Amino acid sequence: MIKNITKFLNNLFSSVFGKKKNIKLGLYGPPNSGKSTLANRISKDWLGEEMSKVSKIPHETRDIVVKEKIEVKSKGKSMIFNLIDTPGIATKIDYEDFLKFNMNKKEAKQRAKEATKGVIESIKWLDSMDCVLVVLDSTINPYSQVNITIIGNLAARDIPVLVVANKVDIKKSNVRKVEDAFPQYDVVGISAE
Amino acid sequence: MITLQFVPYNELSKLTPVGRIKKILDIAKENKIVLVEGRLKPEEEASLIQRTMEEVSKEFKGIELCTIYPESKNGDAFEKIKSKMINMIVGDRRGLTVIGPATIVKDIKRDPNKILLFTNNLGKKKRRK
Repeated sequence: MIKNITKFLNNLFSSVFGKKKNIKLGLYGPPNSGKSTLANRISKDWLGEEMSKVSKIPHETRDIVVKEKIEVKSKGKSMIFNLIDTPGIATKIDYEDFLKFNMNKKEAKQRAKEATKGVIESIKWLDSMDCVLVVLDSTINPYSQVNITIIGNLAARDIPVLVVANKVDIKKSNVRKVEDAFPQYDVVGISAE
Repeated sequence: MITLQFVPYNELSKLTPVGRIKKILDIAKENKIVLVEGRLKPEEEASLIQRTMEEVSKEFKGIELCTIYPESKNGDAFEKIKSKMINMIVGDRRGLTVIGPATIVKDIKRDPNKILLFTNNLGKKKRRK
């Protein structure tokens, strides 16, 4: 799995960012698609430590998390990048949805408030990214407007994108559907866990 | 009762990007489903989401959003140039954008060629009160 991401980074490194330092690699996607799990996997593989908290409750990541100076070595070359885990982008947030996860009303309202700010931050950070992994849950319909809006915005900014179809270990996973939804992009099927 | 409000392209094109987002969101906040002629630019869609998040409250939970845009995959180069010229002259009116308040619209499912709009059971909600 990491090999595919390294290949994506190496291609970018040699073609686009040859002279640029501190490349910012962002992880974008809807809530609960596995961005933070993947961020931890990348960070653990290359730095030996995790970077984000993960949970089954949506909007666990509500602030931008940055892991600086990750060094990747491949084929005698090395590159350094900053990995940026972003809050999931959503068009609606209802605190009542969090009550299902054994939260009290106050906690749920607080989480909803922080989640709205997280979405705003994620969108603001789009302009700062050099390349992005769009992490999608391959067990659900990829034709959602959030996915289309994220990828459309990255395309409008000419930011290189690799679509990561996560959760391939689940029976319902359909990487082919993700590929069909975004035929102009490379799609890599993974299980970040 | 569900109200659908149609917003023609001409009405939005004369507004600034911020004005367009405000107009759409103001209608959605009146618990109406907005049908916009044409589509927003990706940056405007992102701004719409940002602005929506700023406005989330006890009464307004956000929006459901969906765009259908006809893209001819098999069109030759001349057809594409013609289409782009028309867009430059009269604006890109192709496609349809549906924006519904999350309190009314539960989900919008989109297959490449159709939109399925699922509404919340408003009657049931009222009885609960």
